[in-house]
Amino acid sequence: MNIHEYQGKILFKEAGVKVQNGIHCKTVNDALNAYDLLGSKVVAVKSQIHAGGRGKGTLYDIETNDLIMEGGVKIAFSREDVGKYAENIIGRKLVTKQTGVSGKIVNNLYVEAGCSIAHEYYLALLVDREKKSILIMASTEGGMDIEEVAEKTPEAIHKIWTHPVDGLNEKDALEMADNLNLEGNSKQDLVSMLDSLSKMFVEKDCSMIEINPLVRSDSGEMIALDAKVSFDDNASFRHPWREEMRDQSEEEEVETRAHDHGLSYVKLDGNIGCLVNGAGLAMASMDVIKLYGGEPANFLDIGGGATRESITTAFGIILEDDNVEGILVNIFGGIIQCDMVARSVIEASNELGLKVPLVVRFSGTNHVEGKEVLDSCDLDVHTASTLAEGAEKIVNLTRSVE
Amino acid sequence: MSIWIHEESKVLIQGITGKQGTFHGTKMDEYNTNVVGGVTPGKGGQFVDLPSKKVPVFNTVAEGLEDTKADVSLIYVPARFAAAAIVEAADAFHEKGGGLIVCITEGIPILDMVKAVARVNQYPEVRLIGPNCPGIITPGDIGGSKAGIMPGFIHAKGRIGIVSKSGTLTYEAVAQTMSVGEGQSTCVGIGGDPVNGTGFIDCLDAFEKDDQTVAVVMIGEIGGSAEEEAAEWASKNMTKPIVGFVAGSTAPPGKRMGHAGAIISGGKGTAAEKFKAFEAAGIYVARDPSEIGNVLVKALEDSGLR
Repeated sequence: MNIHEYQGKILFKEAGVKVQNGIHCKTVNDALNAYDLLGSKVVAVKSQIHAGGRGKGTLYDIETNDLIMEGGVKIAFSREDVGKYAENIIGRKLVTKQTGVSGKIVNNLYVEAGCSIAHEYYLALLVDREKKSILIMASTEGGMDIEEVAEKTPEAIHKIWTHPVDGLNEKDALEMADNLNLEGNSKQDLVSMLDSLSKMFVEKDCSMIEINPLVRSDSGEMIALDAKVSFDDNASFRHPWREEMRDQSEEEEVETRAHDHGLSYVKLDGNIGCLVNGAGLAMASMDVIKLYGGEPANFLDIGGGATRESITTAFGIILEDDNVEGILVNIFGGIIQCDMVARSVIEASNELGLKVPLVVRFSGTNHVEGKEVLDSCDLDVHTASTLAEGAEKIVNLTRSVE
Repeated sequence: MSIWIHEESKVLIQGITGKQGTFHGTKMDEYNTNVVGGVTPGKGGQFVDLPSKKVPVFNTVAEGLEDTKADVSLIYVPARFAAAAIVEAADAFHEKGGGLIVCITEGIPILDMVKAVARVNQYPEVRLIGPNCPGIITPGDIGGSKAGIMPGFIHAKGRIGIVSKSGTLTYEAVAQTMSVGEGQSTCVGIGGDPVNGTGFIDCLDAFEKDDQTVAVVMIGEIGGSAEEEAAEWASKNMTKPIVGFVAGSTAPPGKRMGHAGAIISGGKGTAAEKFKAFEAAGIYVARDPSEIGNVLVKALEDSGLR
């Protein structure tokens, strides 16, 4: 689960990480009031969406698609500027490197007091899967895309680790400060910030905290000018407060609906829908469709606990996608029984009025019974005994549609 | 003689009185696995009916080990309690000189696993497989020993070791070995979570040392760099041939593909990189899981094993 920058900064403040004063706004009027309240001549007017690259993004009108403004984060030098920028941002579509061409509609704005910047840094905390610990990663190249830094100057990225059991080692934090060439109160600020963030990461069950840029002000203070915070969904049960921070307009409705039915669904751009049990086999099914010259329309894992009801929902979700011209069902029965899937597939196809070709491949538990059920029904179903055969059949069937 | 679990292994089931625990305990017993008991706090003293016998329930793993001398503990405990169950089993096995923990549970908070794995790693004689995995199986002459949820009947005793991050894709690999007349020594599902216990290298190392195993099938998926590290390790340490497949060539970046660990982030962890690492390490690559059988035959022939 992701949250907005303004929400991340509330958590930062609680954790003892220095941030500028700022106010969350929903309207142009809010933004003007925020400017008056903050009492800072220069303020930043920042689009709030769950995607990075906002500063370099572009705003478009949602109806006409006309270009409204370059840059989703603006520095305002007057009250008029604030009004103008807020007007250009709220209710517009922001397209960034991370949103894809469809962009995201900006419903929230953050107006933040300006800050005199001496230098910009990059700082991130995330789970290191290989070291099985929490990685703290920083660079003196703030404001830049970290992937680009990692590619071009990997030596500019400094790393230390903090373990949730032992906590952050002060020696490591001091070493990080030295690597970033920080001295005096800036050094002390960073060490205390790393400690606060390490604790927050564990207490809130984060999966990532990214601050880009982290800045050193003219007076030497270390301030988080950005806040990108993601949480581990598996730990949501012990953080009921997260519900209040959830912005459902930022989530894919169909993915959430699938999740509520015990399904795991990701929409893709192709024309062949897939319904598979198991995440690895679902990915492999997509790969093999592609290998035979087709394009998968989705990833869909029905899981080991699938029922008639969840399979009907899964079929419905696949068919909602107008690009779908054929469906491949690939089941390797373990706990799940192929004949149950066969009956569910027939039921769902009848209920939803299936009009596209359907190929079913069964293996494992009750695959013979499953095939018998399919063979004796009125539905036009093609069967296959291997994944390759199934993929080849559905690719050919969708080709002949064109 | 297979790895980590054998026909004589005694298996304790943590969460045996739950729906999943009882269901799979029954299936394991039907497969001839020696299930010796279970653990459910507060239900000590009760018994659970399995097809071939009644097994006792204990309040703690320590009590269970004391009484049954189990060497494997299988965990079907709900996600929010699963990491504590792993730690309890690790401590108890440490007291008894070692053992194998297999955790099937999906959806454990990642930092819980970071803590639990740190504890398990303090005990070199304790091994953890999983979480979020199908478990481990060693097929025998009649049935065999399985600590997990895989369908026993698709397996047969043989000489191919299988290690995989995925569940059903492992079954696919098993079916592929069977289609070319080969059985399995042991199949290990290491799970699809970002932080887990046993990794690919541990499995390859064990298969290399196991005299029953002559070749290995390794199934990876996108996310992290475990496949690359395993390939690098294998190129220096493995004499037995490996057949490799990686799922997720068509997965888009930044999207989690079902498993918590299956995500391409920051351009890293792609299937293309992993296939490249496999090829560089001399691993026999199958681009399509339906080809694993044929590629395995080629690998065996090249090594003079067929």
